[in-house]
Amino acid sequence: MGEVIVITSGKGGVGKTTTTANLGTGLASLGKKVVLVDTDIGLRNLDVVMGLENRIVYDLIDVVEGRCRLKQALIKDKRLENLYLLPANQTRDKTAVSRQQMIDLTSQLREEFEFVLIDCPAGIEMGFKNAIAGAEKALVVTTPEVAAVRDADRIIGLLEAAEMEPPRLIINRLRPEMVRKGDMMDIEDMLEILAIDLIGVVPEDQYIVISTNRGEPAILDKHSRAGQAYRNISRRLLGEEIPFINWEAGSFMSRIKKLMGLG
Amino acid sequence: MLEFLLRFFGRDTASSKKVAKERLRLVLVHDRAGVSPHLLESLKNDLIKVISEYLDIDTDGLEVSLTHENDAVALVANIPVLRVKRTFKSIQEPAFKV
Ligand SMILES: Nc1ncnc2c1ncn2[C@@H]1O[C@H](COP(=O)(O)OP(=O)(O)OP(=O)(O)O)[C@@H](O)[C@H]1O
Ligand SMILES: [Mg+2]
Repeated sequence: MGEVIVITSGKGGVGKTTTTANLGTGLASLGKKVVLVDTDIGLRNLDVVMGLENRIVYDLIDVVEGRCRLKQALIKDKRLENLYLLPANQTRDKTAVSRQQMIDLTSQLREEFEFVLIDCPAGIEMGFKNAIAGAEKALVVTTPEVAAVRDADRIIGLLEAAEMEPPRLIINRLRPEMVRKGDMMDIEDMLEILAIDLIGVVPEDQYIVISTNRGEPAILDKHSRAGQAYRNISRRLLGEEIPFINWEAGSFMSRIKKLMGLG
Repeated sequence: MLEFLLRFFGRDTASSKKVAKERLRLVLVHDRAGVSPHLLESLKNDLIKVISEYLDIDTDGLEVSLTHENDAVALVANIPVLRVKRTFKSIQEPAFKV
């Protein structure tokens, strides 16, 4: 029986889809059988981030409405054998699926896969409620900004109310040089405010944009710093104890400069 | 211009991260109290229980709220007192000091 993990945030545009694509790819490259479910009905994105947009025939709504079998709607990843995507429908809206249908769908998926990662839409309405319905674990993504952290707090409260396992936090788009200047909240600030466990910190990284352009998750690029962070989070999801990268300490060069009194 | 110079020389005392954290702290007090309307209601009921040991109060007129003053959040309770009890059930001695 696989685990069902929802990736959520409250605020839009903080990196849920990017995170789902990268962690799914990460877990699959560690040999796990993984399926990614896009529940952002009407605004599907996960297919393009994964580079699978041209292969879609059926989608999640086709499955729940019985127009096809679940297997027919699953799209196999281009690169990894054991990675699949269940795309969202692009013409309907969040009310096209119910909580019960999501619970049924995820319980079917967890029979087949070791990890079911659910990409949640922004907001706290129907789409969010559906996305968390069949999940027992949640990862909350935030960026180091007031509005994103505030919304993360709201989401954490709603997850608590739904009696899910305590969620774990992913801080995305951290900019170490701004943190050092005191112009961005640091990791400790956010953990103190949100009072949940951290599972990883992903730095701001232009490779994310490049890899999204190409439709290849950044985790596959060994030069990407965000990719490195996602590789660590993938292992932590498997229960490994991986030390946190100290992004705030600065790059190797800036540390040398500091030692020599130049920076 | 002066502001620019002050900032240039790093005298713009509160770094923006500190401002962000402080604003978050304040806004979340309200958000969290708002998300669980039960919080204030159950606090109110507990207050009534405790205070009624000492005073007769008008429980219908009792108001409990969080207010925002300057840079602090305060719990404000307005509790109309009907009469002070002549005797009260003292469970522990230090009750006098409360
Ligand atoms: N670590 C990062 N560094 C640089 N850019 C990033 C990073 N993470 C995300 N982005 C960019 O931010 C944008 C939003 O990311 P993404 O689509 O993953 O967010 P989302 O939370 O899924 O948004 P939505 O709420 O609309 O579904 C994208 O353009 C993505 O490329
Ligand atoms: Mg998204």
